[in-house]
Amino acid sequence: MAYQTVKARKSLKLRVLPWLSLTAVILIWQFCVSPPGVNDWRIPGVLLARPYDVLLLGIEKLTDVNPDGATLLVHAWVSLQESLSAFLLSLLVGIPLGLMMGWFGVVRGLFRPVFEMWRPIPPVAWIPLAIFWFGIGMEGKIFIIWLGGMTPCIINAYMGVKTTNPVHIQMARTFGASDWKIFTSICIPSALPMVFGALQIALGNCWTTLVAAELLASDQGLGYLITAGRSIGRTDIVVLGMISLGITGVIISQIIYRIEAKLLAGIRR
Amino acid sequence: MNKHVKISAENVSKEFIQKGTQRVPVLKDISLQVFDQELLVVLGPGQSGKTTLLRIIAGLEKPTQGRITLDGEEIRGPGPDRGLVFQSYMLFPWKTVEANVRLGLEMAQVPKEKHAETVRHYLDLVGLNGFEKYYPHQLSGGMKQRVGIARAFSTQPKVMLMDEPFGQLDAQTRLFMERETERIWLSDKRTTIFITNNIDEALLLGDRIVTLEGKLPGRMKKSYEVNLPRPRDPMDMEFLKLRHTITSEQELTL
Ligand SMILES: Nc1ncnc2c1ncn2[C@@H]1O[C@H](COP(=O)(O)OP(=O)(O)OP(=O)(O)O)[C@@H](O)[C@H]1O
Ligand SMILES: [Mg+2]
Repeated sequence: MAYQTVKARKSLKLRVLPWLSLTAVILIWQFCVSPPGVNDWRIPGVLLARPYDVLLLGIEKLTDVNPDGATLLVHAWVSLQESLSAFLLSLLVGIPLGLMMGWFGVVRGLFRPVFEMWRPIPPVAWIPLAIFWFGIGMEGKIFIIWLGGMTPCIINAYMGVKTTNPVHIQMARTFGASDWKIFTSICIPSALPMVFGALQIALGNCWTTLVAAELLASDQGLGYLITAGRSIGRTDIVVLGMISLGITGVIISQIIYRIEAKLLAGIRR
Repeated sequence: MNKHVKISAENVSKEFIQKGTQRVPVLKDISLQVFDQELLVVLGPGQSGKTTLLRIIAGLEKPTQGRITLDGEEIRGPGPDRGLVFQSYMLFPWKTVEANVRLGLEMAQVPKEKHAETVRHYLDLVGLNGFEKYYPHQLSGGMKQRVGIARAFSTQPKVMLMDEPFGQLDAQTRLFMERETERIWLSDKRTTIFITNNIDEALLLGDRIVTLEGKLPGRMKKSYEVNLPRPRDPMDMEFLKLRHTITSEQELTL
């Protein structure tokens, strides 16, 4: 049977408003900061760069490696590589670990105390050790970012298994199902929505930890771009780094969101 | 006739501890025998410990006192020799009708090559062919419960335990499902304990009806043989007479 399809559309007002506020912020910003070299009542350029100048710098930095040693895209690419590989690693380790901790008493008994000790230590506190162990190359940063991504993966997977409907488990027992079978066919599917919830949180954690890791030890990456801008007193470079972080962050979180929605729809039709 | 005792409960009592310290007696001195190929109905009002009794037989709860045997062996935990149909349907929402039944077979470790045929057979039996690929949320209440029944039957348990399976259905669907249950039961006379709070349902289905007292702790009250030919007619004189006897001896809320 063919049903009529309906197009869901937001009203004009709702679609325009976000753009309106964004434009307003940029305009106000532009007019409240003095142009380079000018000294008047406005915010001086050494404190903040104007959006227009940042845009110009951004275009220039697409090809120019000066003064920080790499083009904008190289910085972004390095940051992406670091955070995404750390993100994937945290999923690969954190989710299975959390799932097992939720179901198997032995695993929970072994890992819970270590996890509770480790959890309150902010990932950036590991930076000195990471530098000793890995130097300032990519591995050290991946290690630190990985620590940031692990927590939500473990907690959500653990809670997902813990909140499995107990009657579903009892039902499985009346069929004589083994512990392993209950884990794989009941606990894991029940936990999946929560596990997917962890993806966004873990990604967010990875992205913020990334900046911290790069601020302190690095020679490439968007976080490094910000540090470099600061050390030579260029606010436009600092702001460019910040905005690039924001935009790249939004893009990957949108991609993860799409993947997540697809996967979830596949399970929950 | 020399009847083989399938399930025997001997002085079973059950207490729950509620709110940490409060002892709530739920079942008291239940002694009960279920014979091979019998359809026994346990009739009791709400909150009389019916589900608890069935969960003890299923092995999901331990009795505080007494013991229950199946074919002479004490029940110590849940197992595939007893199939349980839950009061609430308890299907896996992320699996299709077919996959829900198949999961039961997998869990009971039925050899894989038998799955396809067994699933088809039991879905046919409960009249769900054509709905194999549906997800639970696309089914009506009656259909969901049929999946539950097919799933419980498919592993060929020695005993079927049915906990108010039609309690959430409207009167018409309910009557239809009762007829279906009778038909399925007649097809292989699997020993069955059927729990209900509805006297007409009890009389339509039961070979024998045992009643539970209304107030906690639930106690066994009486046992009635229902020697009426199947399918039974709720307007039949004998039916109504027995109905009257039971209701007058037990103030049922329903
Ligand atoms: N796991 C439990 N812990 C504590 N109390 C329980 C537990 N299970 C049941 N009870 C108590 O036992 C009593 C009887 O419950 P039960 O579910 O056996 O009744 P029922 O006859 O099946 O009721 P209904 O007709 O509503 O299904 C209730 O008062 C309930 O609070
Ligand atoms: Mg009940």
